Amino acid sequence: MDSLLVLVPVALLLGLIALAAFLWALRNGQYDDPEGAAGRILFDDD
Amino acid sequence: MTDVALFAAPAVTAARTCAHCGDVVRGADALFCCAGCASAHEIIGGAGLDSFYRRLEDKRAHRPLPLDADFTDHARATASGEAELDLLVDGLDCAACVWLIETLLARDPAIQKARVQLSTRRLSLRWRGPVSAANGYAGLVAALGFRLAPFDASCLAAADDEQARELLRCLAVAGFAAANVMLLSVSVWSGHDGSMGEATRTLFHFLSAAIALPAIAYAGRPFFRSAIGALRNGRTNMDVPISIGVVLASIVSLHETFAGQQHAYFDSAITLLFFLLIGRYLDRRARGRARQAVQSLLALASRNATVIGADGGTEQRRVDRLQPGDLLLVAAGERLGADGVVSDGRSSMDAALVSGESVPQSVAPGSRVFAGMVNLGAPLRVRVSAAGEHTLLSEIVRLVEAAERGRSRFVALADRVARAYAPVVHVTALLTFLGWLLIGGLAWDRSLLIATAVLIITCPCALALAVPVVQVVASTRLLKRGVLLLSPTALERLAQVDHVVLDKTGTLTLGRPELVGTPDAAALAAAARLASASRHPLAQALVRAAGDAAPETDVVEHPGQGLSAGAARLGSAAFCGIDAAGDDGLSELWFSRPGHAPVRFAFADRLRPDAAQAVAALRRRGLAVELLSGDRPAAVARAAEAAGIDQWRAGVSPADKAARLATLAAEGRRVLMLGDGLNDAPALAAAHASISPATAAEATQNAADAVFQGDALAPVVETVEVARRSDRLVRQNLAIALVYNLSAVPLAILGEVTPLVAAVAMSTSSLLVIGNALRLGIAPAKENR
Repeated sequence: MDSLLVLVPVALLLGLIALAAFLWALRNGQYDDPEGAAGRILFDDD
Repeated sequence: MTDVALFAAPAVTAARTCAHCGDVVRGADALFCCAGCASAHEIIGGAGLDSFYRRLEDKRAHRPLPLDADFTDHARATASGEAELDLLVDGLDCAACVWLIETLLARDPAIQKARVQLSTRRLSLRWRGPVSAANGYAGLVAALGFRLAPFDASCLAAADDEQARELLRCLAVAGFAAANVMLLSVSVWSGHDGSMGEATRTLFHFLSAAIALPAIAYAGRPFFRSAIGALRNGRTNMDVPISIGVVLASIVSLHETFAGQQHAYFDSAITLLFFLLIGRYLDRRARGRARQAVQSLLALASRNATVIGADGGTEQRRVDRLQPGDLLLVAAGERLGADGVVSDGRSSMDAALVSGESVPQSVAPGSRVFAGMVNLGAPLRVRVSAAGEHTLLSEIVRLVEAAERGRSRFVALADRVARAYAPVVHVTALLTFLGWLLIGGLAWDRSLLIATAVLIITCPCALALAVPVVQVVASTRLLKRGVLLLSPTALERLAQVDHVVLDKTGTLTLGRPELVGTPDAAALAAAARLASASRHPLAQALVRAAGDAAPETDVVEHPGQGLSAGAARLGSAAFCGIDAAGDDGLSELWFSRPGHAPVRFAFADRLRPDAAQAVAALRRRGLAVELLSGDRPAAVARAAEAAGIDQWRAGVSPADKAARLATLAAEGRRVLMLGDGLNDAPALAAAHASISPATAAEATQNAADAVFQGDALAPVVETVEVARRSDRLVRQNLAIALVYNLSAVPLAILGEVTPLVAAVAMSTSSLLVIGNALRLGIAPAKENR
């Protein structure tokens, strides 16, 4: 049972780190234009 | 305000709200929450418009913020001493706000026009007086509690982005919490056989609560907001049972946790939110681009033109500040910014954008020319006859706006299902609660637990995923074939289509002239040497046909007529001194040189390589095919015959096209419009569904539901096919979701649905729906020919 006292906080911490990383990426504008990349293939160069 | 007043407030404020914005008022006898609201109320009351507050019904006015922008630069002076200003109005929620702004502004005698568009949140103002009055009028609207920005496309996009980003943030938080709570829940479930002590279970429940409750409070906001909004209006939508279910599940589970009971639904509540947010985010993404058609059309007008002043000097002026009577200098390659009459110079102009005509028009002094035409030859002087809001281009913008208003009434299938489904959920849960409480003889908290299980089971997880997932799979598959879907309901509307209307130039054809027949090689080579000096499309086609041509050195270009080098002439029949024959629908160039008989080069706008097959394939799918073109009858007839279309009309104006579509719609046909020209934009917006090639003007693409790439028409057939199959899959998915609910609800009503069963049922139905949607991606493409 003692292991729970360590493992549960560790699991939560890892999850929180991932969440923080995602929110940082979002705030950093990396999800601003998901369609732009998809649409670019339709722009002919001619 | 003193501390005493702060602490004393709660006792008094229960019924005290601001008379303007409805916020809680602190202080014993204040009517307003702030000075801004007080002055807004005074303005409205002073104008005798108090009924605004009644007309707001359950919405609220907003608290005014000081005006921080200068709008003088965005106002335009027009002829006859008037000025115009377009503003984007934020906080415009309902018809009452529109009424308030319009009425209040109309009280000012200087104001000629004040119109608010609720759909685009645009306020158009026109007043007599200097442009410097702009800030006064903007300030008046701002003082009422509306925030203002200059009206342009980027503002709209920014607001949309913010909403999408909020959904993503909620999705991330819900995903994090769902994964961690599920981790704890699985331990609890596997401990139900007795291997987990009661104290540990309760500890795990408390841990789950600590993770889930803040996450639900954060990630549930989009649903709570929409549910509260709907309830305030006395309506109900799918977010109401979702919100009630999630909130109730949290409260009941917390109660169970404190009581040390066996079951807690924290995992169900947060997982539900996670799934629903996925569906909502996918849906939101599909909605992204659709709204900017009109803005990008307007952007065409915001460029500079060169105006020749009375003293002969030139000056750069914004196109929307031109006035009738101005004299413009139009350089070669420049797009005309206003309608007008050529006063000096001869040239040819590309009118493809305006009329759909494939061959450039020759213009000479006296010819009428329109905004959007491109000067291909020598510089021209053009006397402006109409500018700004009165040009043909603006006319097209208005047609598109009108057509889009009509289309926004289309309600997607999923929304119709949800609308009917929500009340059923409320009633079932309520009856379950009352049944167990009154007839079953259970305690209130047991009954509530079972009713909560019913709400969780009926929450439309699968329903929320049914449509967006199919849309994502379908649009991914179409993207691989070079088709980009621009409208969220495009697939659904494309699936219903039973009539196809095609434009000719650039849609059925490739939109560039090609030499037809096999002329004498020596003559071709000689003519190409002259032609390579010109940028005229026919001359360029001649050079392409001849392959390599060393350019002649002393070529003289006669704008609108032809080219000459010494005695050799290449150009119109008249220019080469030949009696013109009848119009056979082909464009022609004559080549005459001393000692040789004149040679005629004929050009046609070549059909897309698979035009005939694509038309036949559309017919096989039960679609009627029709050709509408702004081009000359002979050219249209040739193209129609080659493509195997027997129903065609030529010389059709943009308004006529939209009118023809309205006629078809009135006959009950559901029309798919294919077009590429700016002249097609109103028809594209008016049609039940529309597709345009990627070579089309950007404004036209934005008016269409889908854009396809490449020379072939096959992607169009593929799009219709995929749309029809998606429609079948969406219906299957909705059926799966409903059948699952119908079979699980009796179990839930009987109280047999534990958190474990709920989690399994919820994931299974969602996976079934997703799996069914994926069939669209892996199934081999059906025969397209």
